[in-house]
Amino acid sequence: MSWLETVRTAYGALRTRRMRSLLTVLGILIGIAAVMLTVGLGQGAQSKVTDQINKLGSNLLIVTPGSATSSAGVRGGRGTATTLTMDDAAVLADPVAAPDIARVAPTSQSSLSVLAGTANWTTTAVGTTPEWVQVRARSVSEGRFFTAAEVAAESPVVVLGQTTATQLFGVSSGGGLGGRSPVGQLVTLGGQNLTVIGLLTAEGSTAGGDQDDLAVLPQSTYASRLSTTANPRAVSTIYIEGRDQASLSAAYQQTTKILLAAHGVTAATMDFSVSSQQAIVESATTITRVLTVLLAGIAAISLLVGGIGVMNIMLVSVTERVREIGLRKALGATPSVILRQFLVEASMLGLVGGVAGLALGLLGAAVLPGWIGQPVTISPLAAGAALGVSLAIGIGAGVYPASRAARLAPIEALRSE
Amino acid sequence: MTLPEAIFGDQPAYQGVAPDPEPREVLLDLRGVRKTYQSGSLQVDAVRGIDLQVLAGDYVAIMGPSGSGKSTLMHIIGCLDVPTAGSYRLAGVDVAGMGEQELAHVRNQRIGFVFQSFNLLPGLTAQRNVELPLVYAGVSGPERRARARAALDRVGLADRVDHRPNELSGGQQQRVSVARALVTEPDLILADEPTGNLDSASTAEVLALFGDLHDQGRTIVIITHEHDVADQARRVVVMRDGAISEVRV
Repeated sequence: MSWLETVRTAYGALRTRRMRSLLTVLGILIGIAAVMLTVGLGQGAQSKVTDQINKLGSNLLIVTPGSATSSAGVRGGRGTATTLTMDDAAVLADPVAAPDIARVAPTSQSSLSVLAGTANWTTTAVGTTPEWVQVRARSVSEGRFFTAAEVAAESPVVVLGQTTATQLFGVSSGGGLGGRSPVGQLVTLGGQNLTVIGLLTAEGSTAGGDQDDLAVLPQSTYASRLSTTANPRAVSTIYIEGRDQASLSAAYQQTTKILLAAHGVTAATMDFSVSSQQAIVESATTITRVLTVLLAGIAAISLLVGGIGVMNIMLVSVTERVREIGLRKALGATPSVILRQFLVEASMLGLVGGVAGLALGLLGAAVLPGWIGQPVTISPLAAGAALGVSLAIGIGAGVYPASRAARLAPIEALRSE
Repeated sequence: MTLPEAIFGDQPAYQGVAPDPEPREVLLDLRGVRKTYQSGSLQVDAVRGIDLQVLAGDYVAIMGPSGSGKSTLMHIIGCLDVPTAGSYRLAGVDVAGMGEQELAHVRNQRIGFVFQSFNLLPGLTAQRNVELPLVYAGVSGPERRARARAALDRVGLADRVDHRPNELSGGQQQRVSVARALVTEPDLILADEPTGNLDSASTAEVLALFGDLHDQGRTIVIITHEHDVADQARRVVVMRDGAISEVRV
């Protein structure tokens, strides 16, 4: 019996039991689509996170304060202490002590309300130095960034992100609203009047939130007028740009060494932590990977259930068609021909479910990002694997029923009424 | 009980009496065939030592009450089952020791089955049903279709090729299964109660068909318990208690 005939016979048998075949296929379909979408979501999230963290700026090191220990001995989380200061930033910026550090941007930030006329918004106020623009790989789309002189003079100036500007002025840049650009307007940030001198180029959202919803002002202005910490020179984060990718680990070592010396602590009592962009990428990737594996595992269980459905329906089919099997054997079908026929039937169920599941997965990948705002990445490899897995499930589920059919004695089979 | 002299057909060649113009070969040659089933701890002798020879072109009816072992004998003759003891040669080939695979080939090549309940596949047209044995013989599509059409034409159903079994009368269905039995040009047509599910008109149709086939030189073995069916045959083998009790010519 040729393969073409086998496939034709299997197709005929499945078509005869149309509803049942459809429902069985549905089990595989849902399983395949679920696995593809969860893996696709995971991969999408992973590439998004990596992308966003890369956007933070290349060669980036981030210094955060260590955890504070309260008088009761309760250790707070990372960043609860205010151990970093402008002085730390100054030593780190010394090209002699730290030759592999290109730029240093000490930064403090807090969430504050901002007003412009009647418009009211809550944004992240960032107090920093002019180096922030390069270190964070940002740029100004309109107006200008503040200068070192303005930092020294505690000037009441502010540079707004696109989101903040839109919320306050109804336009982002280039005028609108009667041609009034936000640049040159007055805003009230945390009760302080500041003049908008520039707008940042839009960056988009990252894992850390909307990177365009912020108000950047000189660190000195921030410390004297907005900060709630006692020490006006304290900062919450120091961003460091390494000279290049290759010397980043050298920059990392220099940062650690300088700060240990400046704070008079040892590695054991370190009151700060230095993390590289790479490390952040890795930990973020690990988290999304764990989630992906977890979700894909659940989806895989549904696929397994689909496979059991195929096996179940094939067993029912063999039992129901005992007479047919007996007849086919009487007419000259060898056990291996019967085995092949039922295996092909089962694998057709699997494969059809796989193709339909793939189609549903691709459809989901096209439609879903619009609904949930998360990218879904389906690679050709994943698509091919889905088809392979569905075929394998069909064959795997078919082996036992098919071998039962093949072993049926023809007289037993013919006798059953 | 064996009656060898009576069983060797009506014109046994070795007796040298009134030989055929052309001596016919012995198609079925069963010697000392036994079949024992194990039913729990009980051993059931369904067939106890049967000697039976059928010459090519013969028309033999096997009769007997239920439980006489005629079905078991039919299964053995049809190579659907193998004897526990004894030898069975079909067209000179010993099939007693064959495995399932070889038996499937023998059934496919040498035997055409007609069953009481027709055993047509409901999802297939008459044409496709008749093609089935050729599918397993590995006959290619165009030849297969032509041969199936010819076989259906032979049983007078050329205008019913695209009908499914449920669109045909019982008599027509049985004629389709006769066409299916003919399509491989088998040595033997083995019919198991072929008229058991038919009314008298259809019975007459099918029996006439068997008569025609016999006239054309086909070998037919028919299992039945109806006397008017058996009367059509050249020889009647009557079974009782797993053995041949009588042979009527």
